[in-house]
Amino acid sequence: MAFPETQIEPTNAEIPVRAVNGRWAGYRALLGARMKELWREPEVIFWVFVFPILLALGLGIAFRNKPAEVTPIAVVNNSHAQVVMDLLQRAEAKNTIHADVLDEKTASDRFRLGQYSLVVTADNNGLHYRYDPARPESVLAHSQVNDVLQKAAGRTDSLATHATQSSEPGARYIDFLIPGLLGMNLMNSGMWGIGFAVVDMRQRKLLKRFVASPMRRTDFLFALGSSRLVLMIIEVVLLLGFGVFAFRMKVEGSVLAILLVASLGAICFGGVGLLTASRAQKIESVSGLINLVMMPMWIFSGVFFSYERFPQIIQPLIKALPLTALNDALRAIILEGSSLGSQWIPLAVMALWGGLSFLIALKWFRWS
Amino acid sequence: MHGMDAAIRCRNLKKTYDGKVEAVRGIDLAIAPGECFGLLGPNGAGKTTTIEILEGLLQPTSGEVEVLGMTWPGHERELREWLGISLQETRLSEKLTVGETLELFASFYRHPASTTHVLEEMSLTEKADARVGTLSGGQKQRLAVATALVGNPKILFLDEPTTGLDPQSRRQLWEIVRQFQQRRGTVLLTTHYMDEAERLCDRLAIIDQGKIIASGTPEELIAGLRGHHVVEFAIRGNGGNQGLWASLPGVQSVRNEDGYYCLQVDEPHLTIPALISLVDNEGWRLAHLNTRQASLEDVFVHLTGRHLRED
Repeated sequence: MAFPETQIEPTNAEIPVRAVNGRWAGYRALLGARMKELWREPEVIFWVFVFPILLALGLGIAFRNKPAEVTPIAVVNNSHAQVVMDLLQRAEAKNTIHADVLDEKTASDRFRLGQYSLVVTADNNGLHYRYDPARPESVLAHSQVNDVLQKAAGRTDSLATHATQSSEPGARYIDFLIPGLLGMNLMNSGMWGIGFAVVDMRQRKLLKRFVASPMRRTDFLFALGSSRLVLMIIEVVLLLGFGVFAFRMKVEGSVLAILLVASLGAICFGGVGLLTASRAQKIESVSGLINLVMMPMWIFSGVFFSYERFPQIIQPLIKALPLTALNDALRAIILEGSSLGSQWIPLAVMALWGGLSFLIALKWFRWS
Repeated sequence: MHGMDAAIRCRNLKKTYDGKVEAVRGIDLAIAPGECFGLLGPNGAGKTTTIEILEGLLQPTSGEVEVLGMTWPGHERELREWLGISLQETRLSEKLTVGETLELFASFYRHPASTTHVLEEMSLTEKADARVGTLSGGQKQRLAVATALVGNPKILFLDEPTTGLDPQSRRQLWEIVRQFQQRRGTVLLTTHYMDEAERLCDRLAIIDQGKIIASGTPEELIAGLRGHHVVEFAIRGNGGNQGLWASLPGVQSVRNEDGYYCLQVDEPHLTIPALISLVDNEGWRLAHLNTRQASLEDVFVHLTGRHLRED
């Protein structure tokens, strides 16, 4: 067909062209842009790097191993009170018990308020202990004080016993906590770093704009994943380094093995994050989804306390969660120096979650 | 590509959403290389659906599309290298600078244009180091067009490029489009501004309810209207009626818009004296009288009985 002549005279002015871009130019630029965006987002720096360290610091201080506590007890003031006090004075373990002599009413009032763990009343019939079976420290005080008094009064043990105190690095709460926090942080930043970012870009129609250009979609996904790996290395080094320097934590396993497990964890949660974000159109809806996916793992996956506390019947389910697998593998390698090979079950669990999520995400993914 | 082949061609394009909403109901287009072609129509007419099908971003329900002699999705990799696309509403990353954003888009193309040159052409050189979040609406829109031009495209697709912009920013964008055309670039744009269509486009298709209701050069479209001039007036106290005004000499058609009468006339020098003497004889008084050239708006109103912008 014939077209009408256009009114504008073509000129020969060509736009200056620059060097030809190589195969990976797009990937490199996407990764660079992603890292710049993250770096310029103060919230990201806080939640990814500062928050876990503050959490470790707070919990490490709260649950630090304190010297054996002194048990506060009240002795009811009567004619026999001095006998009890004398016995306590004579006892070997007298430093672990602090006793006050008080009238009966004051003693029982303060016991009720928790100031004293035990009330001792001595009379002609012997000793009377008042304790609360629902308060662990009260139960402990009952048997401890009784033991001390009986020994001071001349009871001898019929069995010879020896005990070794154990509070070496590796067995403390902070040692248990740091790998768990690392696992949780990898989950948080994987889910938010991928899930939130993708939906945000979809909502802003930036994804659609990208696919309108010759950008390779795989480059985009690789760049997102790579940005996670870069952040992962910083997260691992910061959190473990903090544990080592601030709490004298001992890292038993090889750093390479730890990084490999953490990479698998980061990729696994990147995949789950991508799946969570594969269709959502709005930030609000994906935020809810991400929290919904992460909540069971916060509770069950043994971040702050051992999942062995949950009933036996749900243990297999707990162990099938990706965060449980990540925490188990991290703890085994960091705290016990286990080899990668010995952790094949949790590693396989993570690979399965990550791989399946990624495949389904690719199938469901919407660019617009 | 051969000499007179269309840069963009589509036949009997249809798009039905969810099996019921017919957004596009049979559109044929043939756009020549080097041409600036406009899709003019009100919001919801099917312009964006049409342009996004041509851009290969939406699948048509039926119909054929050919861009630079190639088809979607088979030639996607190659086609994308030659197309520059600016979507109706893209919010680019606010944390990146203008220069970084442009470099990012340049990296996707095998043979990108020099980003320095594009920045200069878009009058964004001074803003190269500014974060996107700090730009004004006009600057953001120029950056969006810059990301489309940085690939050195043969065809530029612009979906509502000047919606919401101030007059100066709009003229700046028109200038950019003309510069691109001077390099023999083909432009397809959508707009609901008739002045934009009239000044910028070599040819137009007026779209309403998913169909092309008229097409041609702006001049042809206006010439197709019987009566190239419009006489607008109002009578104080609402005297007269449409039939009466239609009987005046040279009047082709009469519209009543909220008390204003619009006469489309061939020869205003005959119509206006007759109108004034008629009003005098009846003892009415004119509240308003104005005469102007017919515009694309009049074409649209003539064809549909509605205005382009009903807001």
